Amino acid sequence: MSQQPINIQRLSQPVQMPDEIATFSPKVEAEIDRHLAKYPVMRSAILPLMFIVQRERGYLDPPGVSYLAKRLNLRITDIWEVATFYSMLHLKPIGKYHIQVCKTLSCKLLGSDKITQLCVKKLGIKVGEMTADGRFSLSEVECLGSCGTAPMFQINFDYHENLTAEKVDQILESLA
Amino acid sequence: MFIGAIGCEPLQLRRVHLENSRWLDVYRRNGGYEAIKKVLDTMSPDDVINEMKKSALRGRGGAGFPTGMKWSFVPKDSPKAKYVVCNADESEPGTFKDRYLMERDPHMLIEGILIAAYALGAKTNYIYTRGEYKYLIDIMDVALDEARAAGLLGNKILGSDFSCEIYTHTGAGAYICGEETALLSSLEGMRGHPRMKPPFPAISGLYASPTVVNNVETLTAVPDIIKMGGEAYQKLGTEKSGGTKLWAVSGHVNQPGVYELPMGYDDMEKFIMEDCGGIANGKQLKAVIPGGSSVYIMRADQIIGKDVRMDYEGLVAGGSMVGSGGFIVMDETVDIFESTKNLTEFYKHESCGWCTPCREGTDWLVKIFKRIENGGGRPEDAQLLLDICDNIEGKSFCPLGDAAAWPIQSAVKRFPEDFEKHLVNNSRGESKHKGELL
Repeated sequence: MSQQPINIQRLSQPVQMPDEIATFSPKVEAEIDRHLAKYPVMRSAILPLMFIVQRERGYLDPPGVSYLAKRLNLRITDIWEVATFYSMLHLKPIGKYHIQVCKTLSCKLLGSDKITQLCVKKLGIKVGEMTADGRFSLSEVECLGSCGTAPMFQINFDYHENLTAEKVDQILESLA
Repeated sequence: MFIGAIGCEPLQLRRVHLENSRWLDVYRRNGGYEAIKKVLDTMSPDDVINEMKKSALRGRGGAGFPTGMKWSFVPKDSPKAKYVVCNADESEPGTFKDRYLMERDPHMLIEGILIAAYALGAKTNYIYTRGEYKYLIDIMDVALDEARAAGLLGNKILGSDFSCEIYTHTGAGAYICGEETALLSSLEGMRGHPRMKPPFPAISGLYASPTVVNNVETLTAVPDIIKMGGEAYQKLGTEKSGGTKLWAVSGHVNQPGVYELPMGYDDMEKFIMEDCGGIANGKQLKAVIPGGSSVYIMRADQIIGKDVRMDYEGLVAGGSMVGSGGFIVMDETVDIFESTKNLTEFYKHESCGWCTPCREGTDWLVKIFKRIENGGGRPEDAQLLLDICDNIEGKSFCPLGDAAAWPIQSAVKRFPEDFEKHLVNNSRGESKHKGELL
């Protein structure tokens, strides 16, 4: 498939790129190439590439964003525009283990509030915060499609379902 | 959690309990990829679309639009590339059926997409999966590699002249991307904003080319429709709602799970009280949201003794909708004011911000819910909530606005007592927030 960058005519001045641009290993570059090859338009690969940058650098930091702009032949603001729309894209550092407690109705009915409170107590942080050592961060999120096995949380990409107080204890202990 | 069929032979769920059900050899040993072979050997694209029309299959993502008709809107003579996009962005609260189909029977989805691609002349196809379901994207990638290695995907599929590719794509946490035009915006690498219809995606969709967007459950029904014939599939259900439907049951039931029921399964009461094991902890039924969070909430007395038939027409007659089949059951302890507030917060969070009625309206709704919760309820608030809903419903750019309004409208009208309690029973008998704008 041909790789035609989108030709976007802009009236504004070109944005100055910061000096620092992220670099990645040949293995990661190859992974990025595989994603780009899926689409007739490069920009379509923006979300998969953002997840890769986020995985490699912890979050979408300015050098990572510059890399994406360069790689996708877009402006920095185009990257920010997309990054700020999606809740799974992080513009500031998050914990090594990012705990996302589902708070939507089915989980709520079966006690998601208690799960959040347990995490708050155990980790000593509030919802939306990160522990001082950067190990854990905690957030409440909307429906994760695990309603039949509620309550639940997702830690990074792993689903932990049918949670009980003991189970939460156990999981957090194992990661501490 | 229960996964299985009630009231019919399992169709879409018939392989989910097999060992290693996600692998190609198990799928093939159990009837897999026979439908695409039949299509390639004996059927024209029009034949496929005709079978789909006969099947009376209606889109399982929520809107319930007849699938065969949707496919027939794609112009045959268009010189542009055509696309089939599978909507696996499952994020309607209460819905978790697509997840198990992809986890346990990924090849059924691949075969369904192949048949759709053949019928529509699509060479490139995408599976748009919500970002949180990363493990499913990994499963699908493995299954796609298996299919490719076996000559079921790529060039000259099964030795025929038909070639096509399927790729996985990831979302990144946005409910709105389940709306088909927002999904296409997202797939093009933009913010997930919905687009004006018309033109419909069938004419101008992905990269402004003819595109069909179908839900996972819709596409996984396709191989069986081809194998058994559209008419036989339709007869599993009712005249206007063909086949079987997956219901994702959650909340206060003894046995939550994914239930496959024939369309037209009679009696929702029996379904809850017997098939799902009844209400948990010996409590009484209070309310059901039968089709995902966006549909009208039903009172227990609209269900008990009312023989509500579980299909598109039956549920409309019963006072709600099939929607996505996310079936949320609530017992007598639930305060419907609180459950409605929870859903309203969801819609506020997920409103994409593109159009004013939805962006501002959902924000105001949440502010009012919070004021009431904090003891500042006023008798006129129920009407105020309805007025705001009225300013959103039908006036927003995409159906998310309607989806935010319907749960509130139905809850205020059907559970007035739960609202009144909050509106008069605050600590001073009157608003603590007198004079404030909200």
